[in-house]
Amino acid sequence: MLGRAYVGLILFFLYAPILVMALMSFNESEFYQLPVQYSTVWYEKLWENDTILNSTWRSIWIALVVTVIATVLGTAASIALWRYEFPGKGVLQVLLFPPIAIPWLITGTAMLIFFFGVGLGRGTPSVILGHVALALPYVIVVVTARLATLDRTLEEAARSLGASPWIVTRAVTLPWIAPGIVAGALFAFAVSFDQFVVSYFLSEPGDTTLPVLIYSAIRKGFTPEINAISTIIIVLSMAAMLIAARFSKFGGER
Amino acid sequence: MTEVRVEGLCKSYSGTHALEDISLTFPESSFFGLLGPSGSGKTTLLRAIAGFVNPDRGRVFFDGEPVEDMPVEAREIGMVFQNYALFPNMTVAENVAFGLAVRKVHGAEQSRRVSEVLDLVQLGSLGQRKPHELSGGQRQRLAMARAIVTKPRVLLLDEPLSALDKSLRVDLQIELKRIQREVGITTIFVTHDQEEALTLSDQIGILKDGRLVRHGPPQDVYDNPGDAFSAHFLGEVNLFDITPCDSGHCLRDGTFIGVVAADPGNLLSVRAEHLRITAAEPDIDIRLRANLVQRIFAGAMGSCVLEWQGQVLKAVGRHQEFSHLPENGQVWVTWSMEQARWVRP
Repeated sequence: MLGRAYVGLILFFLYAPILVMALMSFNESEFYQLPVQYSTVWYEKLWENDTILNSTWRSIWIALVVTVIATVLGTAASIALWRYEFPGKGVLQVLLFPPIAIPWLITGTAMLIFFFGVGLGRGTPSVILGHVALALPYVIVVVTARLATLDRTLEEAARSLGASPWIVTRAVTLPWIAPGIVAGALFAFAVSFDQFVVSYFLSEPGDTTLPVLIYSAIRKGFTPEINAISTIIIVLSMAAMLIAARFSKFGGER
Repeated sequence: MTEVRVEGLCKSYSGTHALEDISLTFPESSFFGLLGPSGSGKTTLLRAIAGFVNPDRGRVFFDGEPVEDMPVEAREIGMVFQNYALFPNMTVAENVAFGLAVRKVHGAEQSRRVSEVLDLVQLGSLGQRKPHELSGGQRQRLAMARAIVTKPRVLLLDEPLSALDKSLRVDLQIELKRIQREVGITTIFVTHDQEEALTLSDQIGILKDGRLVRHGPPQDVYDNPGDAFSAHFLGEVNLFDITPCDSGHCLRDGTFIGVVAADPGNLLSVRAEHLRITAAEPDIDIRLRANLVQRIFAGAMGSCVLEWQGQVLKAVGRHQEFSHLPENGQVWVTWSMEQARWVRP
């Protein structure tokens, strides 16, 4: 009984704000008047609001580019760290994790200074590089966890049968860790798509991503179109989560 | 067929010697058993031949051709792993076809060779199953099929039967021997099971602490073990300390065993099956008065545990030989010196 109450409370805290927001996106009133008058007017307005649409597409394509780069690099790094012994390996593994722990505010400041220092300055390349650096450790953690369940003798068996390291990777390693790669890619996408601090610091004025746009919208005057786009994103990301969880079984079972 | 030779192989891991100066020839088409307790270096030796272990020193030859600088995938070996290491995402047929596909053998030729080798290991009808749908014995056969389909120069088996239960193991030993005879590949296998080694091998090598202590045909090694470790490792053996006395050598209790030219410190080794136990005093010079502690009935065979001068002795034989003995109490123990051997401690 008490247990159910706990679960109920947790779910309430998790989902109540989201439900309120979703509800308000369907409310005709701009000023959150109750009772809710069902209307899709904000979704229609959203469709005409180029600023929101543009920054949404921008966030999506940046996240996709980041996902591809971070997943490829992270998977390759995980396989190398798992397969080979080399001097300094332990240090390298430790050095890969602080980006998860260091506050993004500090990472973002450091990146801004660095990118100006090397002459790259603000702009899309800097945003993508920054996001990749933030997403990479997540991919490595997830893929490494999956690799830990791979039986090393499978790779040895493939080599004993004449397979080159590349064929071993393609035929044995990658199929086994595929669920981990998918999960890592989802993380990378989420880290980039969600990213506010680093995007805010590194974007050129005008080239905003969705989180940056929402931030400035809150300061300048909020329209329920933001509720609408947020609701769409929540529905899409929960659908993606469910599909991924079903497909990968969260990297647990084989 | 290929002759495998290793010369002066050394390998140490953080100070401990896994292999210490091992030189050994594995004759072509032989079934060579490497035997030893865990940590003796037998698996390291097998993996050095395969190429998974880089020796610190020493050489490996296949038919006189040095291979120590070749990566595993270029050595044309077949290997059966202790856990079989079957590819879980592939069917039985795909597992077998893997080595052929890597060698660019495709199409009809590939299918022909896959079904040929699956027939050889009696898995002909199971080609479309996944490994997890097979029984333990079938997995072992599949691992074998996958290893031999590429016609490797040498077949390496790492404790190939240790994951199976006793009765299945005996069946598969016979099976393994048949397959090896049919394909005639030089086969090196590692085991800690002395019975398995004796059953399967034409040649055995016994390792201890990274050293090769004895090698040769199984019966030779069994009959003339040479040292106490090899004597103990193959079969059951009783070892006696010898002291000089009067004009020859005596056992600890003063029993005179004759004028023999033994190196000082050597032990007298008498196999358990060579001990004779009698209730009545025998008319033989070498006879010990021992205490029968336990009689063990094990079907056709039986054994006796005895205590003599604080030392435990063991005798084995057909159980009828022991059935007339008392359950416990004083008995006589004898043997013929022709069947006894001197061994280094």
